[in-house]
Amino acid sequence: MPRLHADYPSCQGYGNCVTGAADTFDVDDDGVVVLLRDTFAERERSRIEDAVRSCPVNALSIEAD
Amino acid sequence: MSGQTVVIVGSSVGGVRTAKALRSQDFGGRIVLIGSDSRLPYDKPPLSKQFLAGQWDQSRLTMLTAEQADEAGIELRLGNAAEQLDLADRAVLLADGARVPFDILVVATGADARPSPWPVASGVHLVRTLDDSRGLARALATTGPVVVVGGGFIGAEVAATAHAAGRNVTIVDPLTAPIGRIVGAELGAILTGVHARHGVQTRFGVGVESVDGCEGDLRVTLTNKETLPAATVVVGIGAIPNDGWLSSSGLLIDDGVVCDEFCRAIGHPGVFAVGDVARWHHPGHQEDVRVEHWTNAAEQAACVAHNISHPNELRSYAPTEYVWSDQYDWKIQIAGRPHRAVLDRIVGDLDAERPQGAAVFGDQAGILTAAVTVNWPKALMMCRRMIGAGTTVAECLSEVESLPRLTAAPAAGG
Repeated sequence: MPRLHADYPSCQGYGNCVTGAADTFDVDDDGVVVLLRDTFAERERSRIEDAVRSCPVNALSIEAD
Repeated sequence: MSGQTVVIVGSSVGGVRTAKALRSQDFGGRIVLIGSDSRLPYDKPPLSKQFLAGQWDQSRLTMLTAEQADEAGIELRLGNAAEQLDLADRAVLLADGARVPFDILVVATGADARPSPWPVASGVHLVRTLDDSRGLARALATTGPVVVVGGGFIGAEVAATAHAAGRNVTIVDPLTAPIGRIVGAELGAILTGVHARHGVQTRFGVGVESVDGCEGDLRVTLTNKETLPAATVVVGIGAIPNDGWLSSSGLLIDDGVVCDEFCRAIGHPGVFAVGDVARWHHPGHQEDVRVEHWTNAAEQAACVAHNISHPNELRSYAPTEYVWSDQYDWKIQIAGRPHRAVLDRIVGDLDAERPQGAAVFGDQAGILTAAVTVNWPKALMMCRRMIGAGTTVAECLSEVESLPRLTAAPAAGG
């Protein structure tokens, strides 16, 4: 399954990922991204990719497993 | 679909996102991305922040490399501006004389910085392109006072960056609370003190009459006849949509390309507009709007790509506005349209040693319509989700108040 990766120091708490996929991303009390899960199913790829791509500082990426 | 050619004019966030989203949505036709800039598409928000401050290099701004474009089947035609649109013949005419035929056209030409109305030989900078930012970064590496004309987001971010670089900075704006343009007058009056608190001087409520001199030795004369000496002047007085190349095309132009709720140019269903250049009918607001923010360009691009790929399942575009600005130690985040709403209450403390607050806005009926937060992404995310969902201001306030707050002492490493 594709695996999610977050570059935590890059995260600026813009939160577009949370708006895009609230079942996968959240921000903590300091405004840093939290991955609610590490992997996702192929059929979810389009939606998760959109959320990953919505990060203005490219702090998120998808790695093939 | 597979035989169709989509031509996208504009290689900034709106254009690039449309191209990428078309491929995500399995569009199988040809995609041509035209840009006037010869550089690979790059992202603009860092140009007044991290790139200007020298914290990020150019590679970090690149939105689409040649390899990525090749892999996604996106044909790049960069360094060649679109000059005319021939709707009858369905072709875009480029500066070098080439004609690029299309089945579907996406106008994503963005907006340019409003030029400085004060002509001087040197020393006056705009901040819109990579070259602008690089030139200003060089100027900020010298010494002497900096005058920033325009107290909007770009001006405020540049002022914060210049101040952090050790320069003596003054911001000038004809409004007494410039950020009020976005957050409304009441909250604007509260937030506008951020500059003075950080040692940046302001001349708000005063216009600029003239700028004279040259780089290193400029004089900015204000409408109250005060003269500010400056080594460097930065002008951030808004943007103008790049729709001039369409003036004789037959498209309806009114401070942007006028579109329906599906982002299609009025009367021309095969032509879409996205980003700063698009004025579309927002079905939630029941009016035509044009938005100059990064997140809007990205979200609108996804909608346009969907509507191109699914012509029988058109989606209307009714986003909740979202924009951020990083100034000094403040991260300001705004959801909705606070300048059109009523400020109900501010939760938190903006004057604390570590300021943190959330301002919640509603309509006349007490329904949540907007929120502005300072150093509180969690609260903003919560409000952004509730806006447009019929949540009341009271419900929102209760949720925000239940969130943990920053403590007085900085956390380890923070």
